[in-house]
Order: sequence, then structure tokens, then C-alpha cells
Amino acid sequence: MSDINVKKLKASNKQAGKKIGGTVFIFIVLFIIGLFMIFPIYLAVVMSIKPVEELFVFPPKLYTLNPTLDNFRDMFDSLGNMWVPFSRYLFNSLLVTSAVTVGQCFICAMAAFVLAKGRFPGNKLINSIIVISLLYQSNVIYIMQYIIISELGMINTYRALILPSIASPMSLFLLKQSISNTPDAMIEAAKVDGANMFTICWKIVMPNQKPALMTVVIFAFQSAWSIQGGSLVYNEALKTLPTVVMQAAASGISRAGVAMAAAVFMLIPPVLIFTAAQKNVIETMAHSGIKE
Amino acid sequence: MKKAKNKPLIRQIIKNKECYLMLLPFMLLFIVFTIIPVIMTVPMAFTDFDMVNSEFVGFSNFYNLFLSDKIFIDSIKTTLIFALVTGPVSYVLCFLLAWMINELPPVLKTIFTLIFYAPSIAGVYTMWQLIFSGDAYGYLNSLLFNLGIITSPVQWMTDSRYILGVVIIVQLWISLGAGFLAMRAGFQNIDKSQYEAAAIEGIRTRWQELIYITIPSMAPQMLFAAVMQIVSSFAAGTVAQNLVGFPSTDYKAHTVMTHAFDYTWVRYEIGYSAAICMILFAVMYIANRFVSRFFGKYIDGEA
Repeated sequence: MSDINVKKLKASNKQAGKKIGGTVFIFIVLFIIGLFMIFPIYLAVVMSIKPVEELFVFPPKLYTLNPTLDNFRDMFDSLGNMWVPFSRYLFNSLLVTSAVTVGQCFICAMAAFVLAKGRFPGNKLINSIIVISLLYQSNVIYIMQYIIISELGMINTYRALILPSIASPMSLFLLKQSISNTPDAMIEAAKVDGANMFTICWKIVMPNQKPALMTVVIFAFQSAWSIQGGSLVYNEALKTLPTVVMQAAASGISRAGVAMAAAVFMLIPPVLIFTAAQKNVIETMAHSGIKE
Repeated sequence: MKKAKNKPLIRQIIKNKECYLMLLPFMLLFIVFTIIPVIMTVPMAFTDFDMVNSEFVGFSNFYNLFLSDKIFIDSIKTTLIFALVTGPVSYVLCFLLAWMINELPPVLKTIFTLIFYAPSIAGVYTMWQLIFSGDAYGYLNSLLFNLGIITSPVQWMTDSRYILGVVIIVQLWISLGAGFLAMRAGFQNIDKSQYEAAAIEGIRTRWQELIYITIPSMAPQMLFAAVMQIVSSFAAGTVAQNLVGFPSTDYKAHTVMTHAFDYTWVRYEIGYSAAICMILFAVMYIANRFVSRFFGKYIDGEA
């Protein structure tokens, strides 16, 4: 017994030594790649805080000496000039985004659990249909979706913006893949205890699926946040933030600056959600070790 | 399992009614907003639908594509080159970066994951136009100028020799999206005690940990990432269109998806466009079979 402990200690000490060196190396590699990844975003941020006169300076500089929020002010000014107050667009976007995110997580998680662990006729067929639907990329689909939405009489409603985004085959596929790692024994044990599938799904399986669930939250939020509506809603009071922000970005004298201000502004909520979701995952994973 | 097979179908369905009930909301929305539209596009490929008229034309769209549409044949070549480079490279990057990040302390984990994921959501890839700008003031040109590597500015985005390369770089930059995050989640879900157990059994290096523990327990997420990678690399087109122009010089960045975009939204020849997408689907389906067969040995019920 103590022999094993000594062995274990030695092994972990040896590993710890190697690990610090390795971690520093990994950090340096990631840092260099990270610079490459962040450079264009850095350029966008700099451009969004450059004063108008610097935007047209050649050669373009990598930094600005007189940072200003003029571009953001211009953007909000032109948003303020729309028929509908800015707060209405913000409300629409928040409503659509939260409905899609919550709905997608709830509905896809249940379906994913059943498809991963249930043994019922049709299971395999549905699984392969979902993968096929991911692979079938066609811009003609949008036209067909429009026809269906209008047949259902949903044109110009919030439903037209929300419902089509909820059943996301991508989120379902990710959750299903992740749940398939859950040991069957855990589910069987719960069944013996008399739990029904719904309880097993939410009380036993999902608490262990935090990383996958939070990833779905990030996907869902980000895709819903960028829903533009396009031809689905023509009532100004139902339009979402991206639609009008894009319009604002295309106006004004310092278009490039305002466009970047718009892009940077729209990026803030997804980044906040991302950080919150990641923090949540890391915290829960540090405390739980229950598996198998 | 054997017992279950002998039972009549109807009794199995009743026994599993809970499962069907939990599946119902998803399937309802999925069928209405995805399956039906997809099925509706299939017959389109055999018509000359142009938003107004629609007549059945048999296989003539497909004949035209392969026999008289030279741009389409070229676009297949471009797409294949593009997909075979960006797909595997991005996939390996997703995995390696997710793995490396996983070795870092928590705060750095979040920061690096965000940095690598941000390009795919930021929508600022037009910034690359400043970097690849064809005049001497483009960041890349002026850097190479100062280093003495070039003497006259390179037309990165219009010279047909460089276009595809530029688009590939930007696509790689943007490609650490769904697959990357799924792999990050996969790493976070691996049971730590497995590594401790393995350390006692003589697994020492990170490399060994990777081969014997990490990859087998990540196989489902890796399959997911592979499918997403197939989709994003074969169906790419938007980035190229916005970056190097549409159409690009000599159609050098003209992918199958760009071709379909052209026929749907510019020429309104929807029938023809539907046929193009059908062929693209066939290619992606084959790629998917190949990939799932590879991962099938790690995952039961898949192959």
C-alpha cells in the first residue's frame, strides 16, 4: 500500500518537474500564434477609435495617438435617427437571442440525450438524418424556408426569427456526441431506482455535461445575436440590432471607422457570454470528479 | 437486445414513449424548418425554376454543369484544393491548440480560448484587406519591403498566383470555430483520475497520455469537429467573395459555393443552383463516410 503511494509520489514529482518546463514552452508557442490571431482584431479596434482625419492617413498606422469615441458616437447618432428608438432594437435582439438560446439548449439537450442513450425504433435513422442535414449546404434552402414561414403565416412576427433557429442540428450533434461518453451503468442504475428518462436526463446526465452545454450556449447565443431577419420581418419595430447596426455602418463620412465601431460593438455581448460560460465550466470541472 | 428484437414494433414504441415525447419538440421544429425545406430543394434541381416559372427539365442541369460549364469544373478543382488544404490543417490546429490550452492554468485557458475563437465570431476579416493591400502601404508589403525581400509591391489579392493562398490563410484564421470549441469541451470533460491511474501504470510523457487516454476518450467530439470541418471547408465561399472580389481574378477563388451563390442571387437560376448544391452534397457525403469510418472504431454505434 505505502509502496504504491511512494511510487505515485515519485511519478507525480517527476511529472511536475517536466510539466513546468513544458507549460512555459506551450505558453510561448500559444502566445506567438495568439499574436497572429489577434492582429486583425487589434487593427479593427484601433480603426474604430481612430479620429476621422487619421483614417485617411497613408501609410496607415498600427496605432493612434488621439483615440476617440467619435465613430461610436456617429454610429449611435445614426441609430438614434431611425424611426424606432434604439432601445426597441436592443429589446428585440435580447428577446430573440434569449428565446433561441434557452429554447435551443433545453430542446436539443433532451433530444440529444434520448438519441445518445435511448434504444428505440428509428433512433439510428434520426441520427443519420441529422448528420446529413448538416452536410446539405444550399443557399436554395433559405428560399424554401421563406416559403414555409410565409405559408405558416409567421412573416412579420417574432416567431419567424426565433423558431427556425431552435432545432439546431449542430448543437444536437455536439451534445449527442458528448453524452455518448456517459457510462451506461449510471443510467441503468438510475432506472433501477425508478427514475424516468426525463429525470435521468436533467438530474444525472446534464450536470456532467456542463462543458458541452456551455459550448452550445456560446453557439446559440452567437448565432441568435446575429439574426438579421432580412425578408422575414419588414415591420421596423420588429427588426433586430444587427440589421440596423449594419445600416448605420454603411452611412456617415468615416464609413470604415463607423463600420469597425459597429463590428466591435456587436462583438461585446458574445465575448461576455463566452467568458461567463467558460468560467462556469472551469469552476464546475474543478470541483467534480464523478465519472464512471 | 435479442429479446427486444422479437417484440412487435408497436410494443417497443409504447415502451419507449418517454423517449419519443422528449424527442418531439426538436423533431417538430427540425422537420418544419430544416427537413421540409431540404426535401423541397431536391426536385428543384430537375427544373429550370427562376422564381417565376418552373418547368421539369430532367437531368439537363447536370449535363450542362459537367459538359458545358467550364467555370463549374474549375470551381470543383478550386474547392477540392481549398478543402484538402484548409480542412486537415485546420483540424490538426484545432486539436493541437485545444490540447495545448488544456495544459495551462484556468485563467490563461479562458484567455487563449477566446483569442483563438474570436476571429470566427468577430466578422472583421475584411481587416486582412489592409494587411494584403496591393500598394506599398499594405502591412505585409511594407514589412517585406523593409526586410528587403521584395522591391516592388505584390498584388496579393488580384494576382492570380496568390489569390488562393491569401484566401486559405484567412480561412484558416477564421476556422477555429465550432470544432475547436467542441474539442476544448471534450478536453475539459476527460476524467482527471484516468491520468493519475495511467501515471502509476508507467505512462510518463504527454505524448503517451495523448495516444492512450486523451484521443480515445475524445473520439466523439473529434468526430463532431471533423464533420464541422468538412462542412466549413467544402462549403466555403463567402470569405473569398468578400475578400478578393466576386468574381475573383481568373476565377482563382471561385468555389462551388460561390458558383451556387452566383446562380441563386445574381442570375436567379434557382434550378441550376440547386443542382450545383446537390453535387456539393454528394462530395461532402463521401468525405463524411470516410471520416466516420475512421472514428467508427472508437465509437460504438457509428460507422
